[in-house]
Amino acid sequence: MEPVLKVENLVKRYAKRTLVGPPQDFLALDGVSFAVSSRSTLAIVGESGSGKSTLASCIACLEAPTSGNIWFEGRNLAHSAESELRKTRPQIQLIFPDPASSLNSCWSILEIVAEPLALQGKLGRKERELLACSLLERVGLSAEIAARPASGLSGGQRQRLAIARALTLDPKILILDEALSSLDCSTQAQIANLLLELQDTLGMTFLFITHDLTMAAHLADEIAVMSAGRIVEHGPTADVLRNPSHEATRQLLAAVPQLPRSSWPAIQQ
Amino acid sequence: MTSVLDVQNLQVSYRSREVRPRPVLSGVSFDLGPGEVLGVLGESGSGKSTLAASVLRLLPPNGHIGSGAVFFEGKNLFQATSEELRQIRGARIALIFQEPSLALHPTIRVGEQVRQVLAAHQSAAKSALNERTREIFAQLFPQDSSRILRSYPHQLSGGQRQRALIAQAIACNPAIVIADEPTAALDPVTQMEILAIFRSLRETLGLAMIFITHNPALLSGFADRILVLYAGQVVEWGPAETVLRAPKHPYTKALFESLPAISVENEKSRKNQLPVIPGNSSPSSLPRKGCSFEPRCPWRMDLCTEFEPALVNLGGTHVVSCFKYKD
Amino acid sequence: MMRYLLRRLAHALLLILGVSVLAFLFAALAPGNYFDEMRLNPQIAPETLTALRVQYELDRPLPLRYASWVNSVLHGQMGFSFAYNSPVAPLLLVRAKNTLLLTVTATLLAWAIALPLGVWSAERLGLLPDRVISWGTATLLVIPDLALALGLLVLAVRTHRFPTGGMVSLDSQSLSAAGKIRDLAAHMALPVAALVLSSLPLLVRHVRAAVAEVLQAPFLLAAEGHGIPRLTLLFRYALLAAANPLLSLFGFSIGALLSGSLLIEVVMSWPGLGPFLLEAILARDIYVVIGGVLFSTIFLAAGNFLADMFLYWLDPRIRAESAPR
Repeated sequence: MEPVLKVENLVKRYAKRTLVGPPQDFLALDGVSFAVSSRSTLAIVGESGSGKSTLASCIACLEAPTSGNIWFEGRNLAHSAESELRKTRPQIQLIFPDPASSLNSCWSILEIVAEPLALQGKLGRKERELLACSLLERVGLSAEIAARPASGLSGGQRQRLAIARALTLDPKILILDEALSSLDCSTQAQIANLLLELQDTLGMTFLFITHDLTMAAHLADEIAVMSAGRIVEHGPTADVLRNPSHEATRQLLAAVPQLPRSSWPAIQQ
Repeated sequence: MTSVLDVQNLQVSYRSREVRPRPVLSGVSFDLGPGEVLGVLGESGSGKSTLAASVLRLLPPNGHIGSGAVFFEGKNLFQATSEELRQIRGARIALIFQEPSLALHPTIRVGEQVRQVLAAHQSAAKSALNERTREIFAQLFPQDSSRILRSYPHQLSGGQRQRALIAQAIACNPAIVIADEPTAALDPVTQMEILAIFRSLRETLGLAMIFITHNPALLSGFADRILVLYAGQVVEWGPAETVLRAPKHPYTKALFESLPAISVENEKSRKNQLPVIPGNSSPSSLPRKGCSFEPRCPWRMDLCTEFEPALVNLGGTHVVSCFKYKD
Repeated sequence: MMRYLLRRLAHALLLILGVSVLAFLFAALAPGNYFDEMRLNPQIAPETLTALRVQYELDRPLPLRYASWVNSVLHGQMGFSFAYNSPVAPLLLVRAKNTLLLTVTATLLAWAIALPLGVWSAERLGLLPDRVISWGTATLLVIPDLALALGLLVLAVRTHRFPTGGMVSLDSQSLSAAGKIRDLAAHMALPVAALVLSSLPLLVRHVRAAVAEVLQAPFLLAAEGHGIPRLTLLFRYALLAAANPLLSLFGFSIGALLSGSLLIEVVMSWPGLGPFLLEAILARDIYVVIGGVLFSTIFLAAGNFLADMFLYWLDPRIRAESAPR
């Protein structure tokens, strides 16, 4: 089956120019390649500084890669003109890690969800509000609170709101960049359930970027491990967990805190 | 064995426009033995950060201690003068705040910030303080300690900032360190390093610790006893192994069950819905009467809506506040 | 570090140059010139006026006049005063010294009062003492400087304790050294008081706002949690973190050292730059006017430059941003 997203040899270099002396470059992505099938979840795990967030920005078309290809729906996003990208961006949505700063807390909840629709300008006001309310219900926020300001929401509710806002554009791919990391454990479980349900009903593809291997193992069909800008291991979740081949994977596995559940065996390393 | 910290019936609320604001902490009682690590397990809204701040009376201006007492080395901290309190803070009881990037002064070098803590409590000569600062940094930063000493917070990584906070906390060799989510902002490998530091400090300095977190897995193999907070109340408190392996309170049980686990044998449960606790613990959804957890509890009884459960002793030092366990 | 310094210096020099051009342009383009007054005098022949104008180069094209003025500046003369028949620079310097005596004292005093008052007020935000101070500063802000100066003069007349103008008494030459200083101080008291009262409210409010914001910060609570004593917390931790906006304000204070006291000097007959410039403007003594404007601009640029340097020294984050990448 044709993958919905295919990344080939992606390179992202940040240039640091000095007035005198050679420019010092920072290589955030050093030839990243992978493919994601439709209706599946790929988890990208790695330490901080491994390049995960840079990868997310490049795929979401927020930054242009230095070289390489990003194939999506027959188009190469790395080499597309801005006008084409504008059409493609709604299809790949990004959820940020910090719910507090990615939402304008002065606006009401309804305004935040309806903003992308308003910017697109295709629907009238009533229709926008109806769609926004139905999406709020979809993510588990009752439509009653739609008129309230976003500042009163808890962390979990804010992430639900961010997801609702992303859904207004009917995206094919949702990139979750550490989207659960700042939430409580039980809230993480609730949002994880929501994501799984959305994948079932809407057929979405998820790119789940995290350093939490436990949640990645639960949500993902495949795991890719990143280290220093490269993918050092990639395979089905069970394989990667059972037989980690790279040192970075082994380190991450060793660092996972575990509850002493007597019925749950330890990870075989 | 006398306890080093004894919290009795702590009640704290924040003044708001409501006539009778809901207390953020109510009826919280526990004690801490010398060298003991108490893990306080609580999610957002449970009052855990308020608990940490209350012990040292560091509440914001609208925070109000309704009742209760905190006994430290025989003295009630709530009746101490502000000078006595200042001498205890940082020197006998140290508090490590959340968010290391915010808890350090942005324009003072971290070495100087540690030295200031020493200077606030010891009247030694400047050279002696500098020597002690260097010692502490060498202990926490095996490599590069002199460079880190001279650095500013924004020049350090998250893990290094956290270690700088720990340096401030242990500078005066306190009896108790209260750490509020010290590993929340860090990636797992750094998390493990910080936990290892806490373990070794506990062994070398004989510190007692209160380790506040929302992730129960971090307390496994580290805490001696665990206290579970829900909606400002103690719902369960007992030896760590017992609480982690066989939790008794419905909230604790449900919480542990909702967490995913890495296990190759558990493949069937991958991508299945996790058994989450329905609803949330926001102040508006908490009941005014009866047990706070009742609306979300899978074992609720009629009794639970009327009365608040008291702490029941399950043998040993394990207590639970639930009507299911009446003696 | 050097690059930052040089960049800032270059900005300052460009500013001074730009202002000099503009000042020259406006002064030269303003209708009338020094000799127009003389035209009304029937005893002076028009040919004399024309000859005078040629002598003072008033008929040459503007760019050439600017070039020769710049030349004069570089030689330390800053043009020529028609009224006083002397190079402008020494005239300005004498007056500037008097002005600086007043404004430096007033600025130091104002900041010395504003800092502790603002910090104290910020610590008690919203409580009664803070509100009293806010009301007081608001009232002072609303009262025009002129009214303040006149009010103080009335006070002087009524109480007979302060001289009502001038810098020294008529018989100051005969006084001893200590007596001279006392005399000077007595004459300075009212103008300094007027300057302090007019600049204090803005400073207090800014200090209060900057410190109040910092007092909410987590690192301050953390420091309190470590048992750092209150005074250290306020004046080392809080004030340092609030330095950013306050240093810019301080730079502005320095910048206004030559220009902020014009009104007060005129009202209180203080022989500073103010009355001198006013006279020159009215008489169209253009090189004096341009020289005065240039002087003030130099102070303004120097003030900003100093503030930038202080900030660079105090805030390591600015050093990191401006470091070569």
